[in-house]
Amino acid sequence: MLKMTPTVLKNLFSKSSTRMYPFEVREPFPLYRGELFNDIDKCIFCKKCEIKCPSQCITVSKDKEAGTGTWICDPFACVYCSICVDVCPTKSLSMAPNHRKPSATRDMIEQVGKLKVPKKKKAAPKKD
Amino acid sequence: MARTIIPFGPQHPVLPEPLHLKLVCEDEIVKEAIPALGYVHRGLEKLAEIRDFNQMIQVVERVCGICSMLHSQCYCQGIEEMMGVEIPERAKYLRTVWSELHRMHSHLLWLGLFADAFGFESLFMQFWRIRERIMDLNEATAGSRVIVSVNVVGGVRQDLTPEQCSWILTEVAQAGKEIKAIQSTMLSDYTVCKRTKGVAALTKEQAYELGAAGPTLRASGVAQDMRQLKYAAFDKIDFEPVVEYDGDCYARGVVRFREALQSIDIIRAAISGMPQGDISVPVKGNPEGEIITRVEQPRGECMYYMKGNGTKFLERVRIRTPTFANVPPLIAFMPGLELADVPVAVLSIDPCISCTER
Amino acid sequence: MIENMKEITLDAVVGEASKMKSDGQRLVALSCTQLDADNFDIIYTFDKELVLTNFRVTVPKGSDCPSISGIYFAALLVENEIQDQFGIMFNGLVLDFGRTLYLDEEITTIPMCNNTKAMTVKK
Repeated sequence: MLKMTPTVLKNLFSKSSTRMYPFEVREPFPLYRGELFNDIDKCIFCKKCEIKCPSQCITVSKDKEAGTGTWICDPFACVYCSICVDVCPTKSLSMAPNHRKPSATRDMIEQVGKLKVPKKKKAAPKKD
Repeated sequence: MARTIIPFGPQHPVLPEPLHLKLVCEDEIVKEAIPALGYVHRGLEKLAEIRDFNQMIQVVERVCGICSMLHSQCYCQGIEEMMGVEIPERAKYLRTVWSELHRMHSHLLWLGLFADAFGFESLFMQFWRIRERIMDLNEATAGSRVIVSVNVVGGVRQDLTPEQCSWILTEVAQAGKEIKAIQSTMLSDYTVCKRTKGVAALTKEQAYELGAAGPTLRASGVAQDMRQLKYAAFDKIDFEPVVEYDGDCYARGVVRFREALQSIDIIRAAISGMPQGDISVPVKGNPEGEIITRVEQPRGECMYYMKGNGTKFLERVRIRTPTFANVPPLIAFMPGLELADVPVAVLSIDPCISCTER
Repeated sequence: MIENMKEITLDAVVGEASKMKSDGQRLVALSCTQLDADNFDIIYTFDKELVLTNFRVTVPKGSDCPSISGIYFAALLVENEIQDQFGIMFNGLVLDFGRTLYLDEEITTIPMCNNTKAMTVKK
């Protein structure tokens, strides 16, 4: 009998174990995979992330005439496994520890960057 | 006596997942239970045809949220065996640490839900508060609360620093202390005993014959635990399977409760025995051949059958999950139960319907 | 490699399964694979004291397979699943869902599935 009483009393006189969430937010853990970012200036559009992505949420395309490349990610299809971050040869992809806020519309992350001529040669043999 | 068919589920307060049972009742006594599945079938096995074997790791992790680490571990072990890859010792220990953290949080989740099933809301809250410590450990060390995504073919992706190791040890020790503080409530409280003792009992022979797996089998007195197969670091870590002999809901609860505590010892042993070194080896080539691998998930034995044909796509991935094996025992122990005991009995096998249907 | 693998014929399935049962083996799983357009492969896996024993049966398309659910009750769910996913019919199932374990009657098309009931042409 009364087995729960010590626990109940302890709960009564100790600090609350929950947070008043929207007003009080815990610091994120630094390793947490929350949001995917691409530093487009470093990106060489090698398509490695597109090929390795398990959820196939990344599309990379190159426009040789205009000298630009486009990197598109669907954040709603992304599973935040950070495989793309691991395989990126120039470390242009990175994960931030804060997760994305809820959104009412489905929008894509679209980034356009310049193709780099010397670096493009370096990326070409890795592609096969 | 007139028979009534009472539908149980797919939406039911005790079930987090959609399982439908047609209960044929006479008065308040269940005479027969007919399961109906198919509410969360996603065809993940079929995805193997269009995702290569590395991408499949992320797919099999999503077979089940609660035991995601063990799914990918089983899958990677199979592929590594097929390709003849020997992973570094440290990776084996790291896998053991994360898989035991998963077992702990799964058992705490279940103990909470079980308490909730017989209406002990305050016990539910206690268990889930302890579980939050384990979730934080997962989040801080692996990068995600549930789908930790640390396994790759050839090892693991994350390493544990010495500070993280000592933090894990203090947190699990604290969690162990908190679990022990509510031990007397969970194991000898009048309400708990009244609702669970003698309910839905399976004898040793019945459980074995019906192919039960995991805690459902061990609660009936069969000392079978797939960790005895000595995968990952279990060849170096000593442990005894937790066995109870009554085979009723109470015994299943006790098995899981003791396993949650046992996991703390295994984590401690794995962290203290962890060697230095690499955490993964590079893997070249594609898998070829056939393989059957098994691991012990929180819910029981999980079996993967894989067939590779030398291309990067596997020909077949077949997943036999523990709940799939535990549904026949569930159908078998249902007749004779009172309708009010059905939620407790259903929950006692720890049903994971997403696992079952894949 | 799969340990203790034995190839048997379709007629021997029930006999071998009852031998396994009297030996005290526990049924682990049935794994079905499509070999080519006309042949399926079913692997019966049993376990005793952590040692697996397997048999392999090749089932031609359109032929029925004898059910072992009378011997091992646990086989009923997986045999129903194979009926659903591969279209191999099992004779003598204890509880036959008639290819509706995962699907309802009214479903007519499913993306990316070849052998399911909804994708079979009605006669």
